[in-house]
Amino acid sequence: MKRTRISDLVQSVPPSGIRRFFDLANQLPDAISLGVGEPDFVTPWHIREACIHALETGYTSYTTNQGLPELRGEISNAFHRDYSVDYDLNDEILVTTGVSEGIDLVVRSILNRGDEVIIAEPCYVSYKPTVVFAGGSPVTVAAKLEDDFRVTADHILEKITDKTRAIMINYPNNPTGATMTRKDLEEIADVAINHDLLIISDEIYDKLTYDGKHTCFASLNGMKENTIVFNGFSKSHAMTGLRVGYALGNSEIISAMTKIHQYTMLCAPITSQMAAIDALRNGDVEMGKMMREYDRRRHLIINGLNNIGLNCFWGKGAFYVFPSIASTGLTSKEFAERLLLEKGVAVVPGDVFGDSGAGFLRCSYATSRDDIKEALQRMEEFLAQIKHTVQYNVV
Amino acid sequence: MDLALNVLEIIENDPKIGISEIASLTGSLDEEIQDCINKLEMSGIIRKYKTVIDWDKVSGGFIYAIIEIKISLERETGYRVIADRISKFQEVRSVRLISGDHDVSLTVRGKSMKEVAFFVAEKIATLPQVRSTATHFVLKTYKEDGVLLREPEHAHRLSIVP
Ligand SMILES: Cc1ncc(COP(=O)(O)O)c(C=O)c1O
Repeated sequence: MKRTRISDLVQSVPPSGIRRFFDLANQLPDAISLGVGEPDFVTPWHIREACIHALETGYTSYTTNQGLPELRGEISNAFHRDYSVDYDLNDEILVTTGVSEGIDLVVRSILNRGDEVIIAEPCYVSYKPTVVFAGGSPVTVAAKLEDDFRVTADHILEKITDKTRAIMINYPNNPTGATMTRKDLEEIADVAINHDLLIISDEIYDKLTYDGKHTCFASLNGMKENTIVFNGFSKSHAMTGLRVGYALGNSEIISAMTKIHQYTMLCAPITSQMAAIDALRNGDVEMGKMMREYDRRRHLIINGLNNIGLNCFWGKGAFYVFPSIASTGLTSKEFAERLLLEKGVAVVPGDVFGDSGAGFLRCSYATSRDDIKEALQRMEEFLAQIKHTVQYNVV
Repeated sequence: MDLALNVLEIIENDPKIGISEIASLTGSLDEEIQDCINKLEMSGIIRKYKTVIDWDKVSGGFIYAIIEIKISLERETGYRVIADRISKFQEVRSVRLISGDHDVSLTVRGKSMKEVAFFVAEKIATLPQVRSTATHFVLKTYKEDGVLLREPEHAHRLSIVP
């Protein structure tokens, strides 16, 4: 028998649960999709214009490994302005090819084989595999509906061992839309300080916070040194395909990350870095417009889901809602699959984001109001249908 | 976010939207939205609900021209008087005081170039305060009041993304 050429490590990671849905949905091109984790807005024109101008004027080379100094300067200014946290553009900021790369870099920089990272679940699908690829061991903590999908210090404490190195969190959250208050975060910060753990805080949805104010983890007392903050332009400025983000933190870890980045990625694409500079300098107006429109859709979809009988938690951020389908008696996968095949509406089963997402669906409202209304109507029909069959079965 | 601003942003783009839909988008009660709109209408912030039409697509549609005018002001009256007077013609769609070479800019609409040209020559150029006019016929409109007059662009997205 022929030996596989694939490493044990890579084989140990199961295929993404989202993949199957992706293939299914692709066979139904007319389906309405609430399954998309990226903005439906095209990148604002002034930012695209900056890309075009960069190309026209010959900006097509490598940049310094850490990213264009001008961009790091703008990032530093933005964090000073928005969160009163000061990052030195020389050694505390690394521009990455999206937050995705940044998270890979940080876990590879800090983990020895077998070290553990506590990950709040449900979470973005890449966290656990990224830790595994780095030789680490992901340990999950469930953020529960009864806690408004906030991860609590008590639950984290239960999972800490002498191998724990870091806590990975993401608020506003994909897939639940949950946010954390400053006080919630302070409790986690105490745990991190007491157990000498690094906080890995993915704040890519910070600008999409609709109720209350986002707190940057590094702005908490004493946490700048103990937190690596990740952010980027994919969500706030509708720039997913441009692949640019950044990591902020103490110079020791940032320089370790830069060491890997310089050999594996070299630098983020220069066109996108030029676009990012323009986004930070001139992007607030369009960002505000998109944010206000998301907020309207959030009201539309949460009210709509609750009205048709799917209990939906009032998420305050990102562009996802996470309704419970417990009342239907179906599993998330059954529900999502049947809804797609029978009604042409794509949603993502909640357990794709971790076991604690079982019994929920992730619905994205980064889609037009008309599509949201149509999807809600079809979901209502679907619910009536399955209620009917369930009753029928009982008789 | 301020409710009135939110409502204005919604209806500026979609004046046909119903009260209860605005209420559901903003997390308000129907009565609150009705009250808010009444106030905006009464205070003259909302002037009118209008439709953007691509007249190029309508046979027998309209011809538009932009007319720039130089004004000689009289001692006791300002631009207001002449602007009011010009505004009264139904052919005139907009009247603006502008900076630069000219003083006032008009948009004029008519059934034909000839009709528009004669209107300017007979009704506008002959006004005593008007020193000169420059007429620019509109050949094609690409964007009108924030609305692109062609199919909008869509993000090229995959249907499921993590
Ligand atoms: C929580 C979270 N982090 C990171 C990413 C990826 O971001 P980027 O495009 O910057 O790699 C996503 C994208 O869906 C996300 O939801």
